[in-house]
Amino acid sequence: MKQGIELDHVTRIVDGETYLSNITMTLEPGGFYVLLGRTRAGKTSLLRLLAGLDRPTTGTVKQGGVDVTRRAAGQRNVAMVYQQFVNYPSLTVFENIASPLRLRKTVSQEEIDRKVRDTAKKLRLDALLQRLPAELSGGQQQRTAMARALAKDAELLLLDEPLANLDYKLREEMRVEIRRLFQGRHDAVVVYATADPVEALLLGGNVIVIDEGRVIQRGATLDVYHTPATERVGEVFSDPQMNVLQVDVTDGAEKQIRFADEVQFPAPAHLKDLPASAYRLGIRANHVRLAQVAESDVRVPAHVEIAETSGSETLVHATHGKTTLTAQVEGVFRVAPGTKIDLYLDARRLFAFEPSGRLAAAPRMDHGTH
Amino acid sequence: MARIELRGISHTYAGGTPALKPLEMVWEDGGSYALLGPSGCGKTTLLNIISGLLRPTVGAVLIDGKDVTRAPPEERNIAQVFQFPVVYDTMTVFDNLAFPLRNRRVPEGEIRKRVEQIGELLEMSHQLGRRARGLSADELQKISLGRGLVRKDVAAILFDEPLTVIDPHAKWLLRRKLKQIHQATPVTLVYVTHDQVEALTLADRVVVMNEGSVVQQGSPEDLFERPAHTFVGHFIGSPGMNFLPCTVEEDAAVVGAHRVPLDANVCAKARVAKGPLVLGVRPEFLRRVEPESRGAIRTTVSHVEELGTHVIASASYSGGADEQDPKELKVKLPEGTKVRAGETLWLELPLSRTTLYADGQAVSGDAAVRAESHG
Repeated sequence: MKQGIELDHVTRIVDGETYLSNITMTLEPGGFYVLLGRTRAGKTSLLRLLAGLDRPTTGTVKQGGVDVTRRAAGQRNVAMVYQQFVNYPSLTVFENIASPLRLRKTVSQEEIDRKVRDTAKKLRLDALLQRLPAELSGGQQQRTAMARALAKDAELLLLDEPLANLDYKLREEMRVEIRRLFQGRHDAVVVYATADPVEALLLGGNVIVIDEGRVIQRGATLDVYHTPATERVGEVFSDPQMNVLQVDVTDGAEKQIRFADEVQFPAPAHLKDLPASAYRLGIRANHVRLAQVAESDVRVPAHVEIAETSGSETLVHATHGKTTLTAQVEGVFRVAPGTKIDLYLDARRLFAFEPSGRLAAAPRMDHGTH
Repeated sequence: MARIELRGISHTYAGGTPALKPLEMVWEDGGSYALLGPSGCGKTTLLNIISGLLRPTVGAVLIDGKDVTRAPPEERNIAQVFQFPVVYDTMTVFDNLAFPLRNRRVPEGEIRKRVEQIGELLEMSHQLGRRARGLSADELQKISLGRGLVRKDVAAILFDEPLTVIDPHAKWLLRRKLKQIHQATPVTLVYVTHDQVEALTLADRVVVMNEGSVVQQGSPEDLFERPAHTFVGHFIGSPGMNFLPCTVEEDAAVVGAHRVPLDANVCAKARVAKGPLVLGVRPEFLRRVEPESRGAIRTTVSHVEELGTHVIASASYSGGADEQDPKELKVKLPEGTKVRAGETLWLELPLSRTTLYADGQAVSGDAAVRAESHG
């Protein structure tokens, strides 16, 4: 496939509700795309449309230069993996993986055998080929579904939150594997939908951020993470949620930033050129700490709401006036709700958004971090 | 309120393998506990034994010293909050909360007082008069919880994955509410979950289960900093603990060509212990040091993951019994660390952050860890 997938002004409206809104983009052959968005952002709608399961209300879809807008899913060379584990319950793992190849009728038994075994090996299913899906764990069932999609050698491979239904330990193991699986598929377009920013970062490649049926930013995954075009992109691409402070930037001998009533600090270098006005400052939770590290850190007194811990890290949610702030710290940190603490914001890591949400200034990526 | 004691409990389903291996456990009055483990670990079986839905094959359940092993659920004064909220959506919030009291023929005046108290605790006072239909998932789950709290005679509340249906970004709000409620009421809480954040955030003591056995009971710090079992090291923390196959000499673990200094007492015990030996160290505690540093391990970076907040490098080292077979470990590095595949990293395993395991169990200088792990 030389031209990949082209979407031209694609909109989908169902019962007066807009699922997808005016999407124009090209997905290059050999490209790995992460489709990142919250629940009900339009991820599944877009995948179903790309698969040919749904039709756009207006606009066209081309695959390899050919208009496939009206072509049924069966007539397109597409494979899809769903969030729920979908396998044929009465077929063995081997036959599940082989099923799309058998449908093709032109593939020899020898070729099927080789393909199934190769793919099964990649997905660590080689010892399970004679089992039925009911005899597999959730992770193994989803691996089987993925193997079937991979063995098919489709031009377009769509994955709709394939790890969302797995326990977190399995998810952790599998998301590392997934990237290895799809590297080196230079012929196909792969689109991987997820709501999880960490998963998006792990998968790398390119990201398409979708929200309320619109594509709100596209680009290299790390670039978008470091330079979100709008506050909403920053929000969707942060877990835990990005902290947002409503501030005023004022002129004077030195440019000052004022937050709430009692917090005032000099604008850090990357915000020095902001015209005086009201802004919304964004800062990710890992740049909010419980002790001062840099001289430029901004102290914000707060009351603890709760400390949530995973062991490896703890999220301390605390409020200053009406603003809730979250600090992400290493290890287990226990503190009772209601406790007074000081939060320290790394001023060098502040994003400035205009009241409209548009990015006004982003942190410089060259300086040291911690 | 109640103290719950499990004496020599074990359970085997009809014709099947044991779902629960023999265990002893005491849950103190007013404590908050979590049963944490992957699906199939036996935690739901244990929950059903406590609530009375299931009678254990062997052993006794005591509530405040009284044997209730044969008592049906309704005689145990235990409330349950399920994964999916069980709420009558045509009834008002008030009537939903009043339901368990009306069933027990509590006088209306008392019901009103009690429901209003609970409504306030749940921050739902303004919603008492409306129908439950159309409320959000977290509000419905608060009502389920309120129905447990409303009874003054309730001994304990058992939660079965209570936050599964809650939007990830709203979870902390409900967790905060659960914490506040526990501060305000002396009820014993037991959370059953496969989610480490749920368990470590809500409970003061966490019981980790795997394959029908309790592998460790302890505080969140214990589980993260001092895993008594390799399963706990793996299951708690993201990514989990690294395990390096090793042998021991007088005062060191031998990993391939490297000697990692250890407590001599631990080594002495390990030499007589049964089963394979591994050194456990978490990815965040490995320290980058100068090449050829004493006690450090030479590794080659195979793969780098940029996770935004930090970098995880997978690195291979030659070690264990088979020199030819490269092993892999993970190291967590600060955000922005420049590291490439193929690069050599020398890593130190800090003594205080490294645990030796024999056949999965931590080998400690004293006997305490082993005893603790059996709860």
